[in-house]
Amino acid sequence: MLHCKKLTCVREGRILFKDLSFTVNSGEIVHFEGANGVGKTSLLRLLTGLSTAYAGNVFWQGKDISIDRESFYQQLLYLGHKTGIKAELTALENLQFFQAMQSSRLDLNLWDILAKVGLAGYEDILTSQLSAGQQRRVALARLWLNDSSLWVLDEPFAALDKLGITVLEALFIEHVKNGGIVLLTTHQDLSIDASLLSKIRLIAAVDDLYV
Amino acid sequence: MFNAFLQVVSKELKGAFRRRSDILNPIWFFVIVVMLFPLAIGTEPALLKRIAPGIIWVAALLAALLSFERLFKDDFIDGSLEQLMISPYPLAWIVSAKVFAHWLLTGLPILLVSPLLGIFLSLNMDTYYALLLTLLIGTPILSLLGAIGVALTVGLRKGGILLSLIMLPLSIPILIFSTMAIEAAAYGQSYLGLLALLGAMLVASVTFAPFAIAASLRVSVS
Amino acid sequence: MWKCLHPYAKPEKSYQLAGKLLPWFIIFSAITFIVGTVWGLLFAPADYQQGDSFRIIYIHVPAAMMAMAAYSSMAMAAFVALVWQIRLAEITVIATAPVGAVFTFIALFTGAAWGKPMWGAWWVWDARLTSELILLFIYLGIIALYNAFSDKVLAGRAASILTLVGVINLPIIHYSVVWWNTLHQGATISKFEKPSMAIEMLWPLIIMIIAFAAFLGTLMLMRFRNEILARESHRPWVLRLIETDDAQRLQKDK
Repeated sequence: MLHCKKLTCVREGRILFKDLSFTVNSGEIVHFEGANGVGKTSLLRLLTGLSTAYAGNVFWQGKDISIDRESFYQQLLYLGHKTGIKAELTALENLQFFQAMQSSRLDLNLWDILAKVGLAGYEDILTSQLSAGQQRRVALARLWLNDSSLWVLDEPFAALDKLGITVLEALFIEHVKNGGIVLLTTHQDLSIDASLLSKIRLIAAVDDLYV
Repeated sequence: MFNAFLQVVSKELKGAFRRRSDILNPIWFFVIVVMLFPLAIGTEPALLKRIAPGIIWVAALLAALLSFERLFKDDFIDGSLEQLMISPYPLAWIVSAKVFAHWLLTGLPILLVSPLLGIFLSLNMDTYYALLLTLLIGTPILSLLGAIGVALTVGLRKGGILLSLIMLPLSIPILIFSTMAIEAAAYGQSYLGLLALLGAMLVASVTFAPFAIAASLRVSVS
Repeated sequence: MWKCLHPYAKPEKSYQLAGKLLPWFIIFSAITFIVGTVWGLLFAPADYQQGDSFRIIYIHVPAAMMAMAAYSSMAMAAFVALVWQIRLAEITVIATAPVGAVFTFIALFTGAAWGKPMWGAWWVWDARLTSELILLFIYLGIIALYNAFSDKVLAGRAASILTLVGVINLPIIHYSVVWWNTLHQGATISKFEKPSMAIEMLWPLIIMIIAFAAFLGTLMLMRFRNEILARESHRPWVLRLIETDDAQRLQKDK
């Protein structure tokens, strides 16, 4: 489970949020809501340990993530605005790299997974020649070949068509039913059962806006 | 863990060979800069022999600077840098792999074209060996030092010129020791002591630089 | 143990502490400056070789020493900043950098001005002057890096890392330059070696070194306070500070 204690995020002298505490247990999907610029992406990056909080700590299974990064990152899958897909490599090569680095699910056949995300026939094409939606699908294919329990997804539905969104939502539900956690931001309405879904709404701080 | 190192190196090499101009342009630049000096100051062999070490090393420094941008910049832009930073391996280890790949793509080619420069600047065999050895030991240090600078500036919009301002003063000892060694060789003196100093610097930077690079990346990519 | 200290409480306390120390530093540096300058320029005997032009030593040597001292304190602060993640240490690093750069520049300038009558040239590639020039470039690099970041918290951390990388490099740079110098111009006599300075000349120099140290401390404290105010400019305690300051000024005007 993931626990945040009194997180304060400051960007360029401005407080985005202050003393934010919450706990996410396994089997939960958390949808972070809020207007643009309120700090959703910053919060997700704090939770992954990519950026450091101005004050406060993030705990994964009781341990501060900044102390034992390696074992936390074995359990983490993060997809940001930037997909992390190399344009000079083919879809297959990109996935091969992630599979080897995560050293999990080495048994899975990457061709099947690419077929699942609707990229059958595009395996050997450089990703620079794929469309934005297709590149996004290459990145999302990582969700299938991964056994990390914590998924942190920043706008996973961006550039996806309706069918893709449905497939992805089904995958999220399957993941949390297996005891995983999904944290995501999106401006879409999710059609996920309310018993699985919780929402955290970020509101712009009014007083004490500056540090 | 070693597998991760190889994976990162092979991914870098694969990507670079699909965009060969990234490798070839700095080398090309290196050869052209070296060629400019005889044209500008004259081709008298005694003069060339005296200034050759300086020319070659200054040109190598500039060529290295040109190539540094691509060490982390592309990865920063497409997001693969942050994916590397959340991989389940120590970041210092991963960046070592990246710097090693970068040296294979930029330092090694400089070594390979160096015979050509030996001919251009009428170096004798002993001097050329000294040049080759200093390049062999010195260019990895340059890659490691440069990587710290790149890691500090990668998140900035106009980091390129700042990178050189930060990097160049720090690389002065390498320049001094290398040129002194080549000069000593040119006058038939022993230069083993200077090579040992360079070697010590290489060992020190291999040990410490990856941690500095990792710490800098944690600042830049946040 | 450090992390338990409340991150907001500390800057205010340090600001007040620096404010209490500041007047003492100012008074002390003013006294030592006056004593040292008057003694050095008027009463100390002239050098039998260099005549009166040697008196620039009373600025050059202290400035060069403080340039190094400023960097050492930056390096220590940077170490503290990175190991214990104390933001005030980052502020110290960045408050000191421009002061150190200016001291380095003064040392370089006076060195060049001294070189003109001694060597007949404004610039000679003397080992010490050369390493001071490189030190200046490193200072400027740190300042430029700090200014390039728009988020000042990140900027402070980046500047601290670069300071530490620089401090590992500085001795190597210094010795490489010394060796390079002996190889290329072994004949030059280093005028900076002071084999046996007469005691009447030495005392004012020591006083001037103390004066420069106190002055360095003064400038560091002032910049430290300013940097804290700038970073915390919208926090309540700074706003209260401004209000009380304004109120006092109004009363004085009446």
